[in-house]
Amino acid sequence: MSATIANKPQKWGSPFAYFVALLFIGVCVAPVLYIVIGGFRTNSQISTGPAALPDPWVVGNYIAVLKSVTFWGEFANSVVVALASTVGTVVLGLMVSFVLARYDFRFKGAMYSLFAAGLMFPMVIAITPLYIVIKDLGLVDNLLGVIVPQIAFGLPTTVIILVPFLRAIPKEIEEAAAIDGSSRLGFFFRMVVPLSRPGVVTVGILGFIGSWNNYVLPLYVLNSQANFTLPLGVQAFSSQYSVDTAKVLAFTSLAMLPAMAFFAIFEKKIVGGLTGAVKG
Amino acid sequence: MRFEIAVLSGPAILMFLAFVIFPVALAAFYGFYRWHGYGAPTDWVGLNNYKLILTDPAFQQVLWHTGLILVLSLVIQGPLAVGLALLLNQKIRGRSVIRILIFVPYVISEVIVGTAWSLMLQTNGAVNDLLGHVGLGFLKADWLSDPKLALWTLMGIISWKYIGFAVILMLAGLQSIPDELSEAAQIDGASYWQIQRRITLPLLGPTIRIWAFLSIIGSLQLFDLVYIIWGPYVAGTAGTSTMAIYMVAQGRNAGNYGYGSAIAVVMFLISLVVALIYQRFVLRRDLQGAVTEGAS
Repeated sequence: MSATIANKPQKWGSPFAYFVALLFIGVCVAPVLYIVIGGFRTNSQISTGPAALPDPWVVGNYIAVLKSVTFWGEFANSVVVALASTVGTVVLGLMVSFVLARYDFRFKGAMYSLFAAGLMFPMVIAITPLYIVIKDLGLVDNLLGVIVPQIAFGLPTTVIILVPFLRAIPKEIEEAAAIDGSSRLGFFFRMVVPLSRPGVVTVGILGFIGSWNNYVLPLYVLNSQANFTLPLGVQAFSSQYSVDTAKVLAFTSLAMLPAMAFFAIFEKKIVGGLTGAVKG
Repeated sequence: MRFEIAVLSGPAILMFLAFVIFPVALAAFYGFYRWHGYGAPTDWVGLNNYKLILTDPAFQQVLWHTGLILVLSLVIQGPLAVGLALLLNQKIRGRSVIRILIFVPYVISEVIVGTAWSLMLQTNGAVNDLLGHVGLGFLKADWLSDPKLALWTLMGIISWKYIGFAVILMLAGLQSIPDELSEAAQIDGASYWQIQRRITLPLLGPTIRIWAFLSIIGSLQLFDLVYIIWGPYVAGTAGTSTMAIYMVAQGRNAGNYGYGSAIAVVMFLISLVVALIYQRFVLRRDLQGAVTEGAS
């Protein structure tokens, strides 16, 4: 193989690259397909041939889940929690990143280090005392009890990604804005917010997916089924209907669709943002 | 100007202090007590919880598992991700579709990944059935409950879930390397492998080092997947328990909140020390101390 490589480097391995790419995609996607297709089978089909294709295809499991109040309630909770957490993280994160990137003051370094160190505090380490704080605020079994801590825990990543973006805005633009009579806050809203959009979109998407998939915090904070988010719902459903595998698979596939659709739409922006952050 | 700084940074700082820093400090405080979670902690035991951790065989075991998961994650995913990224960085059709598809496992939540894999890996599940059908029936196994296998099963699931993120990160890194360098080397007669080894890999260094950092921190704090698939009690006997699982098993499930908090503090200290050492000696060239020395 290495002989052909040396002879014609620009044409190297095209078929080989396709082969490996297909293999890799197969490994990544097959389990997901198994979940989705599994939802179209009956339980007896699953127990007689766990790896076979549905024969016949049945849609009853999916229809049952789509008709269930539980699923849509949990879906709505997830949407509320993810949207509120994302907006909160982005707005607060953008404000503080602007200060860290473009103002000079005494505790700037310490402040940045504090947020950066936050990357080392995963939620699971702080979960017991965090639960106590949430309980003291009377937010147990309340969606706010998930949203507010999620915003706080989302800030470190947001700050780390946004500060390089905001610092890259040329000083001249700011000076020009000042000459035109714009205040620094005016500059913030008119120039900084639009110019940092790629970074904002990236942290927004990361925040949304992170919140959509969060498990530990809802596990501690939410205890009535009416307040469950989808990850809790999936777990509750799979233990409640543990004998009804086909239905569990249908529920699981419907629960993962939104995050995947969301990601497919924004894929380019995520990768772009990550590049910026890594180079920063 | 001070007013602007206060208005813009105040809310974020308050939130961060109240819901991140304060709970972590509170964990450190509870770690000095024998406390079962109700009422204010009164039974001060000083460093006893920490002494207990040092001699607790169960903790040594979860520490060993965590360390193994950390090393195996780096060794399995790193070379694989670099190789795949090099391959996918060529001009092949459908690159953006490929990128979306390999990111799918990363986007799905740990709960769904865990639920799906535990169904597929059951003794009479899809994986064993498939092995039988393709003539590899002798490979059928108790993937989840055999203590000799369970940790490797976990590593398989971890690699499947997180490799896409590593590849995407490496691809992003590769795209920032100018084509002119390898074109020039090509003209000078360098082979494909020489170009990758002498030019591409060194320039990909910063990306690899940042990925490794994220992977290390993630491994030290692994919780969701193990908790969903095995649960805190089974994870102990199957040999997949991690520090975070043991912490929750002691705290929330057994009611030893003081001991659980001490474990949380130890976890945090280990993460912090590893992160600081890594930054001091590995990331120094890439970040110019961004995380430790502040923005300037």
